[in-house]
Formats: sequence, structure tokens, C-alpha cells
Amino acid sequence: MKLFEYRGKELFDKYGISVPKGRLVKNEKDFSGLNFPFVLKAQVPIGGRGKAGGIKSVENLKDAKEKLSQIMGMDIRGYTVRKVLAEEKVDIKKELYLSITLDRSKRMPLIMASGEGGMDIEGVPDEKIFKEWVNPLIGIQSFHIRGIVSKLNLDKEEEKEVAKVISKIYKLFREYDCELVEINPLIIKKDGGVMALDSKVNINDDAMYRHPDIEPEVVELTPLEKDAKDKGIAFIQLEGNIGVIANGAGLTMATLDALTNYSGKGGVFLDLGGTDDPEKVKQAFELMKKAKPKVIFLNLFGGITRCDTVAKGVKEVITKEGIDCPVVTRIKGCNEDIAKDILKDAGLITGTTLQDAAQKSSDLAR
Amino acid sequence: MAIFADKSNKVLVQGATGHQGVFHIGAMLEFGTNVVAGVTPGKGGQEVHDVPIFNDVFDGVSETGANTSLVLVPARFAKDAVFEALDAGIKTLVVITENIPFHDAMEFVHYSKYKDAVLIGPNCPGIASPSKTKIGILPGQIFKEGNVGVASRSGTLTYEIVNSLTEKDIGQSTCVGLGGDPIIGTTFIDALDAFEKDPETKAIVLVGEIGGTAEEEAAEHITNYISKPVFAFIAGRTAPPGKRMGHAGAIIARGKGTAESKIKAFEKADVKVAKFPTDIADLVEKYI
Repeated sequence: MKLFEYRGKELFDKYGISVPKGRLVKNEKDFSGLNFPFVLKAQVPIGGRGKAGGIKSVENLKDAKEKLSQIMGMDIRGYTVRKVLAEEKVDIKKELYLSITLDRSKRMPLIMASGEGGMDIEGVPDEKIFKEWVNPLIGIQSFHIRGIVSKLNLDKEEEKEVAKVISKIYKLFREYDCELVEINPLIIKKDGGVMALDSKVNINDDAMYRHPDIEPEVVELTPLEKDAKDKGIAFIQLEGNIGVIANGAGLTMATLDALTNYSGKGGVFLDLGGTDDPEKVKQAFELMKKAKPKVIFLNLFGGITRCDTVAKGVKEVITKEGIDCPVVTRIKGCNEDIAKDILKDAGLITGTTLQDAAQKSSDLAR
Repeated sequence: MAIFADKSNKVLVQGATGHQGVFHIGAMLEFGTNVVAGVTPGKGGQEVHDVPIFNDVFDGVSETGANTSLVLVPARFAKDAVFEALDAGIKTLVVITENIPFHDAMEFVHYSKYKDAVLIGPNCPGIASPSKTKIGILPGQIFKEGNVGVASRSGTLTYEIVNSLTEKDIGQSTCVGLGGDPIIGTTFIDALDAFEKDPETKAIVLVGEIGGTAEEEAAEHITNYISKPVFAFIAGRTAPPGKRMGHAGAIIARGKGTAESKIKAFEKADVKVAKFPTDIADLVEKYI
């Protein structure tokens, strides 16, 4: 889960990393106690908000009211701004980049830092980004931190301050099951000390259960998305008009690939996960009907559950409730012959291979 | 021969008395797996398909000589279960459980290396060496003994590909599902090295998907160290960037880890890449 900037900063504060004085603002009353000039920052779970006009400097109350009304409710790359953070301005001496993320290949937390933070960090060449990997069995040690701060061109006092921030974000990264903790920029203030001007904190969804203090971000789901979520079916909405039901992420992706190959366009994708449980197949069909695709393509591999059991479930939904678009099925695996027999007179179109079924679905959807 | 799993594996199942445990102990016994023990805290003394259940792994190991564990426990107990197995002396672990916090996986993967154990998964279907053993939840009927080694990051897609090999009468030495999580214990590189050493394996099939850089790293490893022919399939050629396809591993991040870059890397390493999953069987057949 991606935390909004202000929530990431609440965590920074908890770990003793200093952040600018600020608060969420809804109207002019909320400005009291903040010193001008300050900055209004749209809270959205996506980058590039500055370029989109989501960050504005304000000089006085009139200016602040006007700009708050511009930012609140604006659309930033598909996200409507519903929260705005107001923060006092700080005089900056130097901007650094600092992050901890997971290195999948080394299977360790990776600390990255650069003396050239603030601007587009992705444009900074590799040799100016310094890296240290931390074996989780030993945890962060002084040598890791020295290895980074010594390269950032800081004076001794600044090095000490940045070192403290590194050990604090490592602690945060581990204790809150983070996928990412990023501070860009981490600034050296003109009057001394370091401060995090921004925050990016992603918490691993699988670990949310052990962080009851982190309230889940309210995500606006469409009725279909909500329905799928309740039933534990992975749901993806693409642009096309072919509804796909498959089991397993790999097979689902391979199905999309096959459709594209025959110029078919995938629409709603339902991934049953590694299951072929007939009850789940039935639920998926009911869900799919609500999405009103032009064609439904059922692509299943029967592993543990037998194909004939799945076929019975499919036939039941279709004969009992009817379905008003063509259904192409391709069921492979254990007892597939019995399954084909069952589905023979259900009015379905069967594909012999993935390619055949993908082609038939694509043709019917045109 | 086979890799990672053969007749010598004496399997203990952690999470043995749940619905999944009971079902898969039965399915593994049917396949010929030597399942010697089950563990469920508080259920010691019971039996599942005549397999004795113990309260902890230490008892199971000392009573039965188990050297392998299949972990089926729920995600929030998985770290504890894996640590317990490793401390009890288990040398091969297959972790089926999905949705394990990756910080937990990171810890137990490193601990397994410290203990010199092989850990497969998490979030994987397990491993099967046809006519020898199956440790996991893979459907037993799709396999046939032979000379092709299969390593995969996907579940059902692997079954599909193995099934198409078997239909063409092409048998397998070992099929290993590595798992779809960002942190896994056994990687493509580990599987490639083991297949390279295994005299029974004559050709290797890799099933990858978008996300991460495991395929790119495997391709480089093949160029440098693998002499046997390798065939591959990559799922997600046409997945839109940034969309999650159910697996944490299936995220496309900023151009890296795309199907395009993986296919390019494989082709550069002289690996034949199939366009459709079942085309793998045709490519292997032509080679043989």
C-alpha cells in the first residue's frame, strides 16, 4: 500500500526524522498557526504532481485560499485530489536523495543515496548513486552507513545527521514491512540540521495485518471491482471487449498474449488464482455477465480439480441463467474428454488449442 | 538422477491436518512420495492417511528421520514454521504458502543458506521428479519420466507446458515451480546449475513471466555456464505497463523486466523462445 506523503511523514516523525511544520488543510481556518510563505501540496498516490500543478507556493491568506481551491478536486493523472498538505517553507543548503528498497536478485534491503537529490533522480548517472546492501540476518551496521555518507560530500556534522536518518529509515523499513522508503529530497538546511521534504512509503500488502495502526487508504472501487474483491478473484479491466476467465497469473497473461496475437482485445480479466474450483468458476461467470463483454473466453487448465467437475459448473450457470453472448471454452487437463462431452450440447464454442480458441474469440469479437 | 528431489527425500508435512494437508498427503502418497510425518501443533498422536502426526518438527524428525519439509501453514505462521524446520535439521524445504510478507521470506531465505538447505518457494506449486517423488501440490497425472528439466515461475502455466510435453511423449527429469513472489529461495540460476550437473537431464525448459530481472540474469548465466540446450516461454508480452496481474512478480516497472527485454536476453543466449506455451513441446520435439 502506498501511503500519502503526509502519512509517510507521520511515520518519519514517529521515528524522529524531522519534517517541515505542516498540516492537512480543508479551508482557510486550517491556515491559522502556519507562517507564510508556505507550500500547498496535493496528496495523491502517484509521482509527477509538481509538473501537473499540484504543488503551489503561497504568500498570503488571499493567495492561499485561491490556490487551495485550485488544487482541491483537480485531476492528477487519473487521481482526484481530496487532501492537501500545507507546509512551511525551509531554506535549503543542499538536496540529497535517500531510499531503502528491496533488491529482488540479492534478496536484501538496498540503501541508495545521492548527493544530487531533488531533481529528476532517474536522470542522475549510476556512478553518482551510492549503494549498500544489508543482509537481514545481521541488520544495519556502521560500516554500511559509513560506506554511504562518506561519499556524499558533506561536512562532519552533516555526515552525522544523515547517518542518523539512514539508521532510522532502515528501522522503519524493517519494522513496518516496507517495500520502499524514499526521501527525495532529504535536505541540509541553511541553518543546519537535516529534514525530509517529501516521503514515499509503500507497505507490503501481505503484512498489513500486523500494522493495525496504519489505516488502509480508501480506494474507490467500481461495483464490479468490489464484487471481485469480495469473492477473492483477481480482476483487471482493460480496454477491449473479450472477457477472459483463466486460472493462475501466468496462464491469464498467456491468454492475453494469445488474443493480441489474433488482433483480439482483452477486456475484463478474471484470474481465479491457482484454482479450478467449480464454485469459483460459477462466481466468475456471474461476475463476467455483469461486465457485458462481447465474447467470453474461458481458458482453464484442470490440475487438481478435474475438468469434468468444472464443466458441470459452467453448464449449470449457462443452462440455468442463460448467457447472451458467445462463450468460447478451452479446458485442458485431467478428464478433459468427459468435460468436452458435457459441454458439447450447452451451445458453447470449443477451442482445441489455446491458439484456436484465441482466434475464435477474436473473430467473434470483431 | 533428478534435481533437488528424488527417492531419498523423506517428507514431513507442516500444516498436515488442514483440508489442504489431508488432500495433498493423499495425492503425494499416490504419486509414490515417501511421506513419513505430519506436524500440526496440538494434533500430535493423530494420523492422516496412516501418516503419524507430531506436535513439532523436532519430534517428527527424530521419530521418522524426515529430511524434507513441505510447508502448507497459513502465511502468518510460515516464518516460524520454516525456522523451526531448519533448526530441526531439515535440508530441503518446499514452501507452498502464498501471501507471506516478503520481509519474512527475506529472513528465512537467508537463514536457509546459513543452514546449507535448499528452499523452494514461497508461493510455489512444489517439485516433481516423475516416477520418484512429488513434493507439493502439482497435479500428479501430467508427468512422465524422461530427460527434460523444467523450471518455472508460474503455476498453472507450468502444468499446461508439462502436459503438452507429456502428450508428445516427452518425459521430464524434474519439474520445479520456483514461485511467483519477489523473494524466492531457489532461482532459475540454481535450477540451471543443478540441471547442468544432472546426467538424466538432456534439455532444459524455463517458464518465465514479466517483472523482476530473473530471466535476464538466467540468460547471462546460460551464456557463461550452461552447455545443455535451453527453451523458454515468457508470459506477459502484451500486458499493459503497471497493471498487476495477480502476482507480485508480475509488475512491470519502468521498462525493466518487460517481456521484450527478457526475450531479447534469451535469444542472445541462444535460447529458443516459444510464442505460445504449448509451442515449447514442438521446439523440444524438433531438437530431440
